[in-house]
Amino acid sequence: MIETAAREQRSAEPVVRPVRPRKLGKVPFVELADGRLQGVVSSGSDLARVYVSSISAATHGFSCSTNNNRPCGGLSGGSPCKHLRALADEAVLQYGLDRVTRYLRVEAGDDDDLMSRLDGTREAAPAAGVFSRFLRHLAYLELPGSTAPIAEMHWFPAVSAEVR
Amino acid sequence: MLGVQLAELTGAAPDGTEEALDLVAGFDDALAHGLGRLGGERSAALTALAGALDATPLGPAVREAAEKIAAGSVTDEHLAALAGGRTALFGAVHDALLGRLDAALGRTRAGWAEAAIETDAEAPLLGAARSWLQELAITGWRGVDHDLVSASDQAVEALLADPGARRLAVLLDGLAAELRASSPVATMERLPVRRWADLWARALLLCRPGGRSGLVGREEPGGRSGPVGREEQGSVGREEPTQVSGRLLILGVDVHEHATAVQAQVHAVLEPAGGARPRVVRVSVGAAKVDTIVGPAVWRLLDAHPTLLGALAERRGLDVTDMSLPASGDLIWHDDRAALAEPADPFVTARVLLPEAAFPAVPPLERHPVRIAEPVLVEGHRIGDGAVELDGHTLALDLDRLPGLGPLTPAMVTAAEACVGLVRWDGGRWTLQPLAVRGTLKRKPFEAHGGDWAMGPTDPKVVKAEAKAGDAVAVLRERAGRLLRR
Ligand SMILES: [Zn+2]
Repeated sequence: MIETAAREQRSAEPVVRPVRPRKLGKVPFVELADGRLQGVVSSGSDLARVYVSSISAATHGFSCSTNNNRPCGGLSGGSPCKHLRALADEAVLQYGLDRVTRYLRVEAGDDDDLMSRLDGTREAAPAAGVFSRFLRHLAYLELPGSTAPIAEMHWFPAVSAEVR
Repeated sequence: MLGVQLAELTGAAPDGTEEALDLVAGFDDALAHGLGRLGGERSAALTALAGALDATPLGPAVREAAEKIAAGSVTDEHLAALAGGRTALFGAVHDALLGRLDAALGRTRAGWAEAAIETDAEAPLLGAARSWLQELAITGWRGVDHDLVSASDQAVEALLADPGARRLAVLLDGLAAELRASSPVATMERLPVRRWADLWARALLLCRPGGRSGLVGREEPGGRSGPVGREEQGSVGREEPTQVSGRLLILGVDVHEHATAVQAQVHAVLEPAGGARPRVVRVSVGAAKVDTIVGPAVWRLLDAHPTLLGALAERRGLDVTDMSLPASGDLIWHDDRAALAEPADPFVTARVLLPEAAFPAVPPLERHPVRIAEPVLVEGHRIGDGAVELDGHTLALDLDRLPGLGPLTPAMVTAAEACVGLVRWDGGRWTLQPLAVRGTLKRKPFEAHGGDWAMGPTDPKVVKAEAKAGDAVAVLRERAGRLLRR
């Protein structure tokens, strides 16, 4: 076993573990970034349309709109729409409940529904920015591969998803 | 590996390494705190670093940098000098450790011939990366927050678009993702200070003119027809690659990954055509990825190299023709110049060929202990407390480096009767990273190699889990096609 005491002195110390696998069809993109849980949710009816949904860590305020900035009809009642619920569910699958609740600064147990623990209200959020981050995310898959060795990758060993 | 070899390897640390690492620790602490507001004690740490380099060509520049930074002037040039000084110390530690390993195992390794460093034209792309690294150094890790991390986005995006800057891009992207996940860093209990300083220093050096070329992996457009296998014991590595042909016998695969990059590094022995001395080589194939592509699906991203992946999955050798082999031993892969050969057993390859093989030089810019990954065969050992034991001497097993894209489990590793692995050094001690294991578990014999699933998982449970999760690569490629090209 590698002693954890050496964390400060290790070069190849894993800092970010691999995320857990999940189905990507419904929510292709989730991230904890820019002070928000944010992501992109596929429209159930239109293949070309996606929704940009986000929840602020600071206020727990939420927003949802199409990538063309049209407000989501599901938000008209003032409570979170199905896109936001899907976003929260997939975030928990991907990162684990612990990391998501820590990021959003909320207390929730394994049996709790994350959305029910958030008491924010609807607020404006920059959908265009999140959508462009999604496009940037997808653009990685278009980059050419490489056969030149990248020595720097020795600092990034592939490790198990769970700490051993 | 024999008990007596292990004893020599893990004996008292080579002279000077502990002192060098103490100096590095002082610098790393200063960097965690921020070079923009050094107190007396941390200024002294920089001065001590400079003192150790006084007798070297870097000495005057590092001393000046330490003085000016203590006085509050944190310029690009000063940071580069400090990064160079820290790197030189680690280079010396690397050489001492690898020298110890080679001596213990009786290996002969080529030296590096000084190549003329190519000076790239100063690219504007590098300026943005440098200013972010400067900002990080002034602020210190403890001051890093979301805004400072986001400031790297544009630099990384621009670098990724330039294939010549891939090393720097991949490095900065990995560092930024860790800082993002750790932000605000001030709330972290314990910082990976050596790691982040390593990444920072290497990135800064890759930003320097000449840093990008990296001396290896450059394609020779016309294809050189150099002599084959002329390397002799203790000879000096040439900076120009030679063209090689022969039989490639795989020892195992070491996979590197972070959220947006993966690299499979295949360790192998090349038996050159014509019967020259076998050479230990590394083959690296890499791809960009995203964080949601994990586990065995990652192999799909490397599908441009079906012959190489096929050899891993089917445990076969490869016949290679006219591939470029730089002095660093990094065989530059061309899948269309390779053909599957007969089945090959890595345990036999390690037992028979490693003792007589020639080992390659390490390029100057890559001299850091993290790059030490030397293939060995361990058998006839006992296992206890997470370590292999040979004649009472122990070597810790790295059970964390058993990623989900391969079949190796801690249970297999600790039950192994034979193990082909990589000897590594980190955090002040030697470890063994298993690549292939063979043994008996619950009265059943087993054999598992890290690359067994390169063409898809073979374990029914894993196949089922994969099917349930769906094809992440296909879903995202479809989305990319729909959204990026309309
Ligand atoms: Zn919605």
